Amino acid sequence: MMTFLRDRKVRDVLWQAVATIGMVAVIWFFVRNASDNMVKAGIASGFKFLWRDSGIEVPFNITGYKPSDTILALLWTGIVNTLLVSAASIVVATVVGFTVGLLRLSRNWLLSSLAGFYIEFVRNIPLLFFVLFWYFGVLAALPTPRDSYDFLGVIFLNRRGLSIPTPTEVTGFRLALLAIAILVATQIVLARWARARQARTGRDFPVWPVGFVLCGALPLAALVAAGFGTNWDVPSLRGFNYRGGFVLVPEFVALFMALSTYAAGFIAEVVRGGVLSVRQGQIDAARALGLTPGRVVRLVVIPQAMPVIIPPITSQYLNLIKNSSFGAAIAYPEIVAVFMGSALVATGQAIEIIAITLGIYLTLSLAVSLFMNWYNARHRLVTR
Amino acid sequence: MKFIGLAAAAACLVGAPIASSAFAQQLAPSPTLDAVKARGHIECGVHLGLPGFSFANDKGEWTGLDVDYCKSLAAAVLGDATKVKYTPTSVQQRWAVLQSGQVDLLARNTTITFSRNATLGVDFQGINFYEGQTFVVRTKAKVAAVKDLADATICVAAGSTEEKTAADWFRERNLKVTIINFQKNDDAISAYDQGRCDAYTAGIGALAGQRIKFKDPAEHQILTEIISNDPQGPVTRWGDERWQLVVRWVLNAQIAAEALGVTSKNVGEMKAKSQSAEVRRLLGVDGKFGDMMGISNDWAYNIVKQVGNYGESYERTVGMGSALKLKRGANELWTKGGLLYTPPFQ
Repeated sequence: MMTFLRDRKVRDVLWQAVATIGMVAVIWFFVRNASDNMVKAGIASGFKFLWRDSGIEVPFNITGYKPSDTILALLWTGIVNTLLVSAASIVVATVVGFTVGLLRLSRNWLLSSLAGFYIEFVRNIPLLFFVLFWYFGVLAALPTPRDSYDFLGVIFLNRRGLSIPTPTEVTGFRLALLAIAILVATQIVLARWARARQARTGRDFPVWPVGFVLCGALPLAALVAAGFGTNWDVPSLRGFNYRGGFVLVPEFVALFMALSTYAAGFIAEVVRGGVLSVRQGQIDAARALGLTPGRVVRLVVIPQAMPVIIPPITSQYLNLIKNSSFGAAIAYPEIVAVFMGSALVATGQAIEIIAITLGIYLTLSLAVSLFMNWYNARHRLVTR
Repeated sequence: MKFIGLAAAAACLVGAPIASSAFAQQLAPSPTLDAVKARGHIECGVHLGLPGFSFANDKGEWTGLDVDYCKSLAAAVLGDATKVKYTPTSVQQRWAVLQSGQVDLLARNTTITFSRNATLGVDFQGINFYEGQTFVVRTKAKVAAVKDLADATICVAAGSTEEKTAADWFRERNLKVTIINFQKNDDAISAYDQGRCDAYTAGIGALAGQRIKFKDPAEHQILTEIISNDPQGPVTRWGDERWQLVVRWVLNAQIAAEALGVTSKNVGEMKAKSQSAEVRRLLGVDGKFGDMMGISNDWAYNIVKQVGNYGESYERTVGMGSALKLKRGANELWTKGGLLYTPPFQ
């Protein structure tokens, strides 16, 4: 009768099925239990609150959110703000981290000591302290609105943030962006052609100077031209504050500075470890071929160090994204502050809100992990 | 003779419990009250630190109007006003701390609102402070009325009623303000003090206490204009009506004692000599009101003796006897032009 159980594959599948059913049953039991108890205690539950009016002000948003929008829109604003500060910090932390990590290995004693000091300083300070230090440091360093730093009479910097003008209509900028896209595409085609020609004939083509003109100077010219052809909403002092334009709030700047400088310290050590994992023989061989020190690093050391660097750097990125929740301590309106703070207290639906927030962080982290794994697999050296 | 005596004793032994269980007053079960008695202290959820309301002084002793309420409850239930454990809670934590049963009640400047009552599974057991929201601004900003704050930046504690009230108030008047939400009151206060905001908003009583935290209190001015009504009082979980009864009537007893002229100084004399029927019922001489709630009959006597009546408590914590120097205002007996009013002890 039960002979099919003797098949190992069948048994494995059965065990998997039993484990899955058991897990689902346990989760179902806890969810059910929690919701029954909440109903008994008179606590509202369910996800309908997401469509309620939020009534919560968010001083910094690029989603066009208004307090009359729903709590779902508030959640979205929080997610966008989290992504914004995380993405900006990841880029800067990576650049600074690589630089500091390589400087740490420099043979110049002063440079390597400075880099070492920076790394030890950053890694031995709690992040919350770091965030508050930047926040109150930034605030204390800036003047009151009346005594703002004034750049050309259109950009103003004070304790309430950096007020920059915004265009009132964007046709000119759309055209400029189109032009820039064409220029960048040209540069990519040119670079491919130059590489192919170098492989064929050995002749170098000045890719970098041309690239500078195509991707730097000309786009700038296009943007300036668009800027002059557009009407601007220029900030002006009205009563207490500058109104109009876009305000980059000090909370963003402080959190961005704290996260990027903090993560950079850790990334620098990861980079150092990765570089040290490349065998000295490889570097000697590259030098023997007559490569310049810059090219040794760029063409020989970094490509071999990357597979060692990427997995730990991925976890630094994940840490950084999760650490952006420290923004809540300084009123930066990211997901924890607006959703787990304001929205939670406004609705009282703690379980739902915390579950949603967990889900969002999980999704973000998994997405970053997947991307980094893909990147690592793609750039893995082909070895024999 | 001996046999009859034995039989009578046996009858008494068997009969007494039956008789007493049949005729004694049956009380509804109260898990919270039973737990408090078994534990020997009250778990009271208070504010993180608000001078005048709930604030741990430099000796680590909790003081304030809300703290006095917790003490009164302990005096009534356990006969000893010191049998309280204070759990400081933030604006965000407070509901979870109460719902989960970590505290027996909240006494922490919490405004009674409809949606809190309807959706959080909590009940409000009366009002021990009539609060009204206003703003603190720098004196040199020359702000006379709230509408002068148009275009200003305002710091506020996230998730408080003040956050919403301020946003609504300016929106209704088509005035634009920037509201910055901090997770803790103290963070919002220090950001305002650092110049991040033009104003900080909270209740006028809370502001009187928080003003002490500024670097230079004299540079700041509290506006007299009030933009809200924020009644505050003790909060309990849904269910356990007998515990709610105790919580509600302890507050009523504090107020009734003031209305009836019972103070911590004369309470012994009043208990012995007073001819007033209501005073006699309040202090447990007549009526056995404590039994009806399942606590000692001298519950109200203990409150007044150990903590004082509402007026004494007010003057000591937020009134003229304190650093806050708040006038009684709405928090005065109705007979003297205030809003304090208690149902009769009958």
